[in-house]
Amino acid sequence: MSAHHHHDHDHDHPHLSPVELRVRALESVLVEKGYVDPAALDLIVETYETKIGPRNGARVVAKSWVDPAFRERLLKDATSAIAELGFSGRQGEHMVALENTASRHNVVVCTLCSCYPWPVLGLPPVWYKSAPYRSRVVIDPRGVLADFGLTLPKDTEIRVWDSTAELRYLVIPMRPEGTDGWSEERLADLVTRDSMIGTGVALRPDEAKP
Amino acid sequence: MNGAQDLGGMTGFGPVRPEQNEPVFHGEWERRALALTLACNGMGEWTGDRNRFERESLDAVWYLTHSYYEIWLAALEKNLARKGFVSADEIAEGRALRASPPAKKKLMAAEVAPSLAAGTPYDRPAKTPALFKSGERVRCKTINPPTHTRLPRYARGRVGVIESVRGVFAFPDSNAHEKGEDPHWCYTLRFTGWELWGEDADPTLSVTIDAWEPYLERAP
Repeated sequence: MSAHHHHDHDHDHPHLSPVELRVRALESVLVEKGYVDPAALDLIVETYETKIGPRNGARVVAKSWVDPAFRERLLKDATSAIAELGFSGRQGEHMVALENTASRHNVVVCTLCSCYPWPVLGLPPVWYKSAPYRSRVVIDPRGVLADFGLTLPKDTEIRVWDSTAELRYLVIPMRPEGTDGWSEERLADLVTRDSMIGTGVALRPDEAKP
Repeated sequence: MNGAQDLGGMTGFGPVRPEQNEPVFHGEWERRALALTLACNGMGEWTGDRNRFERESLDAVWYLTHSYYEIWLAALEKNLARKGFVSADEIAEGRALRASPPAKKKLMAAEVAPSLAAGTPYDRPAKTPALFKSGERVRCKTINPPTHTRLPRYARGRVGVIESVRGVFAFPDSNAHEKGEDPHWCYTLRFTGWELWGEDADPTLSVTIDAWEPYLERAP
């Protein structure tokens, strides 16, 4: 993986953009100087591309819909409850679960950078880290939700959580109607990433992918 | 610092444009940018708070016109240069041009899974009782440090109610500047939309921040 990086120069890769060239050059220097292990780099990428993502959070939410005792533990100590399902670690060291109800909707942001609960949602999408979302959701959350096609009743209380410290927030969306008796696995298919950030709600049964 | 990172409440950036079926990475360089940032954190030479400070002290116009992984890369380069590990001319050349000091640690492949699974907990033992309790009204101090802080501008001078006492955590304002962790109590603080944005604010809105005790004073 690393060997061919050692002698990269602009003229060797006319098809690469400046930032692509720069990151390759930086990696070459770091590997050559022995500061990073190329195999470790590949494992980090593999972890966040294939192992850790919003499916983890969906399993947490689905379990909270069918298991009242788990839901109670989740709302009391989210870090421990989520760890019961095997999800823990980097950027999820201090978890808090936020319960949506018929009268209250929670939305999570990090206005100052890109704080996001990695173990349950994976890496944040581009929009979550970008200025339009970070600037506006704290002052005009309904306008931002409209950008996602979501309109809430006028009297729904909206709580925006700005992740300014090391706490990481997971929204527990409401369980959709018409899902009585569904298995956890089937329910998890209704839990979208955005519904766990608060910029969406869980899918209705007719919206679920077969 | 009052850098370009402190975006809460600004207007003029246009609508949020969610990407349908967004991939985890938009190209190989983003994969490498993430991996290099995490692997270099594993050198043990700087804190996560320092990363944030290096990102927010980038040129403000540059910050607002580059992608988040570009911001990460630029901050990583600053940290590596600051510590004497890799300099700009070496990145331009794509090879080592001079000897540089050893790092404290190196993240090896075998350590990746356990290291990511363990994370970096920032909570610390309490040595003093918490000054505030849930339900209490507190005002965020008006501060404008040129150094790192996690108190957003929109909350400064505003009164909120303590929603939750979260525990004692390393204090970024100190930890980012290699002055030690200086742990303090951290609280979740809730503001009404009116308090933050005035009488035209959405009456159904409240906003919480997580704030360390030194940011707060008792409100009358």
